[in-house]
Amino acid sequence: MAFAPRLIVPVSQHIGAPAVPVVKAGQEVVRGQLIAEADGFFSVPVHAPATGIVEAIDLMHSAAGPKVLSIVIKVYEAASQQVLESYPVDPMQLDRDELIKRVQNSGLAGLGGAAFPSHVKLQVPEEKQAEVLVVNGCECEPYLTCDHRVMLEQPENLLQGVRYALRITGAKRAIIGIEDNKADAARLLREKLTDNDPISVELVETKYPQGAEKMLLKSLLGLEVPVGGLPIDVGVVVNNVGTLAQLGRLLPSGEGLTERVITVSGSGMEKAGNYLVPIGTPVSFILEQVGVEAEYEEVIMGGPMMGMSIASLEVPVTKGTSGVLVFRERRFIEEQGERGTRFPCIKCGRCVDACPMRLNPAQMVWLAEKREYTAMQEKFNLNSCFECGCCSFVCPSNIPLVQYFRIAKSINNENRKATA
Amino acid sequence: MSRKPIVLHTAPHVKRPQEVPVIMRNVVFALLPILAFAIYQFGISVLALTLVVTLTCLATERFFNWMSNRTSSLGDWSAVITGILMALTLPPGFPLWMGVVAGFVGMAMGKMVFGGIGFNVFNPALVGRAFVQAAFPVAITTWTPAFFDGRFTQFIPTTLTMPFMMPPDISAWASSVAVDGFTGATPLGLQKFQDTQTAAMELLTGMTAGSAGETSALLIFVCGLYLAFRNMMNWRIPVWIFIGVTVTSGALYLVDADKYPDPLFMLLSGGLMLGAMFMASDMVGSPVTARGVMIYGLLIGFLTVVIRVFGSLSEGIMYAILLGNAATPLIDAMTQPRVFGARRKEQSP
Ligand code: SF4
Ligand code: SF4
Repeated sequence: MAFAPRLIVPVSQHIGAPAVPVVKAGQEVVRGQLIAEADGFFSVPVHAPATGIVEAIDLMHSAAGPKVLSIVIKVYEAASQQVLESYPVDPMQLDRDELIKRVQNSGLAGLGGAAFPSHVKLQVPEEKQAEVLVVNGCECEPYLTCDHRVMLEQPENLLQGVRYALRITGAKRAIIGIEDNKADAARLLREKLTDNDPISVELVETKYPQGAEKMLLKSLLGLEVPVGGLPIDVGVVVNNVGTLAQLGRLLPSGEGLTERVITVSGSGMEKAGNYLVPIGTPVSFILEQVGVEAEYEEVIMGGPMMGMSIASLEVPVTKGTSGVLVFRERRFIEEQGERGTRFPCIKCGRCVDACPMRLNPAQMVWLAEKREYTAMQEKFNLNSCFECGCCSFVCPSNIPLVQYFRIAKSINNENRKATA
Repeated sequence: MSRKPIVLHTAPHVKRPQEVPVIMRNVVFALLPILAFAIYQFGISVLALTLVVTLTCLATERFFNWMSNRTSSLGDWSAVITGILMALTLPPGFPLWMGVVAGFVGMAMGKMVFGGIGFNVFNPALVGRAFVQAAFPVAITTWTPAFFDGRFTQFIPTTLTMPFMMPPDISAWASSVAVDGFTGATPLGLQKFQDTQTAAMELLTGMTAGSAGETSALLIFVCGLYLAFRNMMNWRIPVWIFIGVTVTSGALYLVDADKYPDPLFMLLSGGLMLGAMFMASDMVGSPVTARGVMIYGLLIGFLTVVIRVFGSLSEGIMYAILLGNAATPLIDAMTQPRVFGARRKEQSP
C-alpha cells in the first residue's frame, strides 16, 4: 500500500515501557532510522516507517481510546523510500546475547496482536530450558487472514526466522502449527523443508480460539500451561508466523520494523484483502485506498472477537494491529439476529461449555454483579481468562461477560497496586 | 471529516444470534403438538384449562412487573411456557378456578418473588402444581377417561366448578362416558394400588388416562428431540434422568420382579417423560456444568423411583425435580470445572 501523507507513530506500540523519542520536531528522518529508543530491556525501539520530516511529537488518538505520545511524520512524496540504515550480518555467526540485542534493536513486537516484545519472548530464563519452539500459524481471530498470506508469500523469510529463533532459544525442534483449512500453506512450507529438518509442520483443527498460545500448545503437544504460568514453564517458546517472517528478513540486514501485513475486511467491501502497510498509517487512509464509501458505522482494529472499535479514523496501524474491519450495519449482531436486549442470566451453562480455559463465566458474572472481584480471582481464576470473548458470543441473554471480566481484572490490579 | 458518527462498543463484535426469546419461543413450539394431542384426547376442557392457566401466568408476571416498576418481561415468552407446562401436568377435568390459583401461585411464589426469570430457584410450573396438589388433593387426583364421547362439545363436569366450590364427584359420569376398557385410573395408580400393569405400547402412544399432557411418552420424546437438535435444551439432563430411573428401578426389579415394576414401565409412565424433557431441563433451575448436570439428572431419576415405589403418592417426578432444583446451587458449588492448566488436586472447592 502507498504511503499516507502523514504517518502517526506511537512510541508505545508494545507491552512494556514506552520508547523514548530521539528525534525533534522539524528534523528530517530516513525510512528505517531509529526515532525512539528502547527504555530498558522491557521496551522496544521505534523506527521511521518512511522518509520525511518530523512534524510534531504530540499526544494522538490510539485504538484503545486514550491519547498516546506519537511521532508524526510528514512523508516526502518524492523520496525513494529506500531503507537506508542497515548493517548486514550473518545471524548464524552471532551468539545468543548478541542476537537478542539485535532482535530488540529491530523493534520487533509480537505481530499476532498482543505486541509483546519479541526479544523478551525469545529470551529463555537462565534456569529454564526450551525444548520446542512452537510457531503459531493459526489466525488469532475469524475474518483475519494475514498470517495465512504471510505463510504463502514469505515462506523463505518465515523458515529463516524460525531457524534464527531456534538458535536464540536453544530449542531442539520447531513445530509450525497451522489450521487445517490452510492446508495449502502447510504444503508449501513442507516442500521447503530439508530431510531431518528440525522444523516440522502440523495441522490443527480450525476453530476459534485455536490461535491462543495455550490452546495451540494443548492441540499440538497436549501440554497445559499451568495457571498463571507461561509456555516456557512447560519448555516451550511460542511465536507468531508474522513475527518470525519479519525476524527472518530483519535480522540479517539489521533493519528496523517499518511495516506489517494487515487484513482489511468487513461486510460489503470491494477491495478486501491483505495489505503490507507502513506502521503509522491512519485508518482513514487505508479505507480510502480500499475504496470504502462513507456508509459504515463501526470500524474495528483487530479481530471481531477481541478487537477494539475505534472512535477516530485517525488512529494509526501499529505493530500489533492485525486487521481493520468495517461493518456497515449499526451493529453486526442486528444483521444476524434479534435486537440485542439484555436478559438476566438463565443459567443455561453455554458460557461454561464455551470457555476454552474451562472457567465458569456464569458464576464469575454473578460475583461481578455483586462486585466481589477478589472472590472472582481467588475462587474462579479470573486471571486465567484471556478475554477471548467466547462466553459473550454464545450467551443467549446478551450479557457482556468479557466486559465484566476486563473491569474486574483492572479493579483487582488497581487494588493490588494500592496495597503494594 | 464529515462522516456519520462511528458506533463504539466492546468486543466481541459478533454474536451468535440465538437469544433468550428465540429459545423460549421454540420451547413453546415444541409444546404445541403435545397440547394438541391432549386436546384431541380429552377435549375442550383441556383447551379451556390451558388458556386459563397461561393467561393467569401472563397476568401475574405483568402484575409483578408493574408492582416493581419494571418494564414488561412478557416478551421473553417464559411465562407462556410455564402456563402451558402447568396445564399439561394437571388432570384434564381440573376446575378452571383452581387452575387460576395454580397459575398465580406458581408464577408469584415460584418465579416473581425471586426477581423473575433467571433468579428463580424452582421451576414455577411445578411450584404451582405442588401447591394445588396440597390444597386440592381430591381434584388433583380426579382422572378422566381418555377419548370419551362428546369431548369436543362438552366440558368435563368438574371443569366448570364455581370458584371456591369443590368439584362434584364424577365417578358415575366417568364410567358412563368411558369407551370400553378405559377407566379413569392412571397407569401408575393402577400399578401401585391395583397391581395392574399397563402395556408399554399404550403408554407410548398415550391411550391412557392421566394428566392432560403427560400421556403419550413417544410424542413428548419427539418434541423434546426437536429442542435438543436445535441446541435449545441440554439433552444431557433427560438422558441422565432416564439412566437414573433405569438403574434404580432396574435394581429394585431384580430384587423382586413381582413387587416392583420393570424399568420400561417406569420410564414411560406418568409425568416422567414430560418432566425430564421439559421441566427438569429448564435451564434456570439446573446446574451449569456437565458434571453438575450428571449429578442432578441421576438424583432426579433416583428420587422419582423412590417416591413412586415407597412414597404414599403414585407420582414422584414432580417432587423429585423440585428437590433437584433445590440441590442445584449445592451441585453447582461442588462441580466447578477444572481450570485449564490447574492440576487435578488443586481444584477449587
Ligand atoms: S473471555 Fe470468557 S470464554 Fe474466554 S477465557 Fe474469558 S471467561 Fe473464558
Ligand atoms: S451463557 Fe449467559 S445466560 Fe447462559 S449461563 Fe452463561 S451468562 Fe448465563
